[in-house]
Parts: sequence; C-alpha cells; structure tokens
Amino acid sequence: MILAVAAIAILVTIALALARAFMGPTLYDRILAVNMVGTKTVLLIAVLAVLSGRTEIIDIALIYALINFIGVVAVLKLVEHGNFYASGEED
Amino acid sequence: MKYPVKHVISLSVVLFLLWLGLSGHWTPLLVSLGIVSTLLTVYIAHRMDVIDHETYPAHMRLLMFRFWFFLAREIIAANIDVIRRVFKPGKNISPQMIKLPVTMETCLARVIYANSITLTPGTVSVNLEKDSVTVHALSIEGAEELRSGRMARAIPQDYVEE
Amino acid sequence: MILIEMLSWLFIGAGALLGIAGGIGIHRFPDFYSRLHAAGTTDTLCAALFLIGLAMQTGVSVASFKLLLIFAFLFFSSPTASHALANAAMLGNLKPYLDENNADQQP
Repeated sequence: MILAVAAIAILVTIALALARAFMGPTLYDRILAVNMVGTKTVLLIAVLAVLSGRTEIIDIALIYALINFIGVVAVLKLVEHGNFYASGEED
Repeated sequence: MKYPVKHVISLSVVLFLLWLGLSGHWTPLLVSLGIVSTLLTVYIAHRMDVIDHETYPAHMRLLMFRFWFFLAREIIAANIDVIRRVFKPGKNISPQMIKLPVTMETCLARVIYANSITLTPGTVSVNLEKDSVTVHALSIEGAEELRSGRMARAIPQDYVEE
Repeated sequence: MILIEMLSWLFIGAGALLGIAGGIGIHRFPDFYSRLHAAGTTDTLCAALFLIGLAMQTGVSVASFKLLLIFAFLFFSSPTASHALANAAMLGNLKPYLDENNADQQP
C-alpha cells in the first residue's frame, strides 16, 4: 500500500522535474532536471520491483544508476567542450 | 610491479564478494564461473594499470566510520534546512559565493572535502583548485558555518596517506 | 516483524515527501545555483531513505544487498554530479543571483 503511494509520489516528482526540464531558462537547469528524473527513475524501478515481488528487477535499477551518472557527466563534458575529447586533448 | 600484491588480492576478494552478492547463486559451476570472471576483471585492471592507491583505496578503513556518522547528521540537517526554505513564503534565500582555503594535502582528502561540502547545509562546491574551493551557499548561515571550519576539521587526516 | 514494517513505512513515506519537496524546490527558487541546492541536497537523502526502507521490506537477501549497493553508488555519485553541474555552469559564465547585502562577493 505504502509502496503504491510512494510510486505515485515519485511520479509526481518526476512530473515536476520534467516541467522544469521543458521550462528551464538555461541549459544547466535542464540538465539538472534530467539528472533528477534519472535518480527518481532508479528509485521508481526499485519500488516497483519490491511492489511486484520480482526482486530481480532491482538489477535494472542498479544499471540505470550507473548509466545515469555517466550520461550526466558525458552531457556536461559535451556542453563544456563541444566534443567528447578528454579535457587535456584539445587545442 | 608498481603496486603491492596485497592490493591485487584484496581487489580480487572484493570483486568476488560483489559477484556473489549480485548473483546469489551458490552452485559449484556458477561459483567457478564467477571466479573466472573475477580473475578476468583483475587481469584487465592490471593491463589498464589502474590498480593503484586511488582506484582501490585499501588504506581507507575504519576511521571513515566516525566521519560518516558526522556526515549523516549534517546531511539530515541540510535537508531540513533546504525544505524549510522551499516552503517559507516570500524571500527565503540569500545566496552567497565564497572562497575557502583548502589545507588538505592529498587529492583524495580534497575530493572528500568538496563532496562533503556539496552534501551539507545548503552549500555546493563550484570550483576546486589546488589550495582553495569556491562554494555557493544558499544562505548566510550556511556560508558562516563553512567558514568556521568545523567540516574541514571533521575530515580525518591521518588515513589518507599518499 | 511489525516494528520493522512500520519503520520501513516511515522511511519510505519520509523519502516520498522529501522527493516532492525537492520537486517543488526546483520551481520555487529563482536561479540555477539555488535550484541545484534543492535538487542535489534532497536527492541524496531521498534516495537513502527510499532504499533503506525498501531494504527493510525485503529483509536480509540478495535484493537488499543490491539496494544497499545502489545506495552506496548514489551516495558517491550524486554530490559529484552536483559539483560537475555547478562547475560546468561556472565555466559557462552563468552568473549566480547573489544577495545584495553580501560582504565578500566573488567576481
């Protein structure tokens, strides 16, 4: 019961973050919001896994947490340098 | 070999325990496959030359725990503070940008310091340099708190030897 | 154990409220850097509360080990992501909104 309520609360948070991602005046606001959506998605997957009793789904949450972090850092690097080169390699 | 053998052994043990925890299978065939994959990973890490004190901090041990308890309390306080500011009507924040000296010797200690700043009372580390860190604080109180140096003193110095 | 069950409800409920508070926070605050506080600070504790609460529900098992592993990873990566964002914004010359009566402003 509490798990269903928690899942709905996470969905509300994701909706709020998505609104910020669409509105966001600057690019960084959007990345921040997307990062937040990613973290909340990890939690949502974990909650749904426990809710449905199929705990092997937690593996997906684990992978998603890893991918989300790498994705955010990659996007930031792209914004910062305009390409994916390591910071020392350009000019 | 540029690194002691005990790093290799402890890395293997940690990786194998991680494999056991993630798979949850205990039949001999699967465990032996797990051992093979662990050894393969260690070999790849060896070829990439990433088994060093930074990627596997064997010297960070029990002294961390006291700091973690300190950090947990600070994180909870930080969250209560931020939530209060979120729901306080009207003008609720007074952002500051301050520069703090960093006295830590090692890279690891400096990174732990910057991360702890980010986690705690309404402060985010913006730029970390060799001897200073630029911090964006949500409120004057948060900035003052950091300037008092309580956080910097709480980071245990002795375990982060080079 | 009814006690652990109730404790886990408490944790998950607190995490859910904290998440929503963070979501409201990124709409209430005026500029990017202060939004970073709302999102970054609440994210860590929200995830921690959720995952500990869920781990209590699953009991001692492979699932709770994985949940704690997710917790450990998020605990280290979340402040790093916040710092990377703030650093990128500063390098991108995004000016923070600062309080006027401010003794030592950095340019």
